[in-house]
Amino acid sequence: MKQERFEQAHREEWDALAAMLAAGDGDQRLPQAYRRVCQHLALARDRCYTAGLVQRLNGLVMAGHQALYGSTLGLGPQWGRFLAGGLARSVRARYRTVLLAAMLVGLPMAILPPAIARDPQLAYLVEDPQDLARMETMYQSGAGRFGRANQAQTDVAMFGFYIWNNVRITFQAFAGGIILGLGSIFFLLYNGVHGGAVAGYLAHAGLGRQFWPFVATHSALELPALVLAGAAGLHLGWALLAPGRRSRGQALAAAAREGMPLVYGAALMDGLAACIEAFWSASALVPPAVKLAAGALLWTAMAGYFLLAGRRRA
Amino acid sequence: MIDTLCAVETPEGVELEFSPAGPVPRALAWMVDAGIRGAAYVALATVLQGLGQVGLGLLMLCMFLLEWFYPVGFEVLARGQTPGKRLLGLRVLRADGAPVGWSRSTVRSLLAFADFLPFGFAAGLTAMLLGRHSRRLGDLAAGTVVVHLSLDPARRLQPGGATATLPPPFPLSLPEQRAVMGFAERAPGLTLERARELADLLEPLTGARGDEGVARLQAMALGLRGLS
Repeated sequence: MKQERFEQAHREEWDALAAMLAAGDGDQRLPQAYRRVCQHLALARDRCYTAGLVQRLNGLVMAGHQALYGSTLGLGPQWGRFLAGGLARSVRARYRTVLLAAMLVGLPMAILPPAIARDPQLAYLVEDPQDLARMETMYQSGAGRFGRANQAQTDVAMFGFYIWNNVRITFQAFAGGIILGLGSIFFLLYNGVHGGAVAGYLAHAGLGRQFWPFVATHSALELPALVLAGAAGLHLGWALLAPGRRSRGQALAAAAREGMPLVYGAALMDGLAACIEAFWSASALVPPAVKLAAGALLWTAMAGYFLLAGRRRA
Repeated sequence: MIDTLCAVETPEGVELEFSPAGPVPRALAWMVDAGIRGAAYVALATVLQGLGQVGLGLLMLCMFLLEWFYPVGFEVLARGQTPGKRLLGLRVLRADGAPVGWSRSTVRSLLAFADFLPFGFAAGLTAMLLGRHSRRLGDLAAGTVVVHLSLDPARRLQPGGATATLPPPFPLSLPEQRAVMGFAERAPGLTLERARELADLLEPLTGARGDEGVARLQAMALGLRGLS
């Protein structure tokens, strides 16, 4: 068939499909019209019609493809299932990577405080002396209030800062993993060393009674968040190093898909941690003992969630 | 054919073609977006200044959202286009041609940090230049591709210039017919010199050079298309 007759025979259908796509509402006739144009595109290519026509049909099919296959799933029920157990299941499915990430954060945190207790000079090796001195005065001066002006307003400012800073670190710990895992290893170790050194230094300076109640509660969310995001990043890096039977590109895309639940969980936990850190941990109204108890409770709850939630298949 | 198109087969069994966007238009789109974000920071800072410490907290919250979720919001809700991409006629798609969803868009956005390393998007640029469809690391992990919007659909489809048809002196194969028709379709957009130069290549077919060759090709194209 000559191109001109083909165009004349079907031009109305094409215009109709274009109008349906432009209108954008879920027209019942769209799938049929779209499939007709798919057929026309295949014919036009096979019969070597001109580039102008093929491009027009290609554009129509592309727009139709978008309209037909665009996902319109709501987010609500997904999030419910995710929190009820999907997150815990994702974590358990990657438990070896998660444990490795936890060790990268946890080992320096466990080793540094006793080491600094024996040799306080060690703290200056990893931290800037000025920073340490500032932190020391901060915890010293705060009579339960840790050096902040006693205002609710400051709490809001600190909340914004914690979100901006902590969630960013979490995201970076994930994204850095694409550099063969090195970025994640760096962020995990760095934060572990930093936390361990500060804790060790403050404990050595005799400020443990101010420091531990402050960090007890929110660290139950903040540290696991960092670990989960870092684990997702390590997973990315591992996919590039050892893609298995897939191509590296496929393995990377699959690893990102598998790791994203951990990143969502981490971001959520960071958000909660920021609330707690700004409005509870720093509060002078709550006695330190209560904070420590709340911290113990939250740590237990987190462990319980990740070990037990979502075990029963719905 | 040598081109940068990437083809995807749809469930209907036809091949869909996109043309992936290279580093330059994407960098320009990024700069436009960066400018918009910068303006938003300034505007927010001015408005929130009056609120003191609370304003500072809100400002940092907004900065966090703009930094990480500005692209995500636009890509999912505005058909794969941030304002910068819209200006440059670009669009983010899944590698199979469907629109991007929240998860893929978030992966792209988070990994922009890795693409930026060690400075100025060097890692992303390297990935784009080494890979096939100029995808940065974030695109590779998310399974997305940034494409040019399809060309102007109102593009001129009718061959111009000729009124009478002319049969080719010998039978043309289908690809040859397409080449002749394609020439006629594009001729109105070419300079006269370029049209003559192209038509001169086909002297064995038309038996003429210069303007006469162009006219004869257009007349043949008219007949091949079925216009008379």
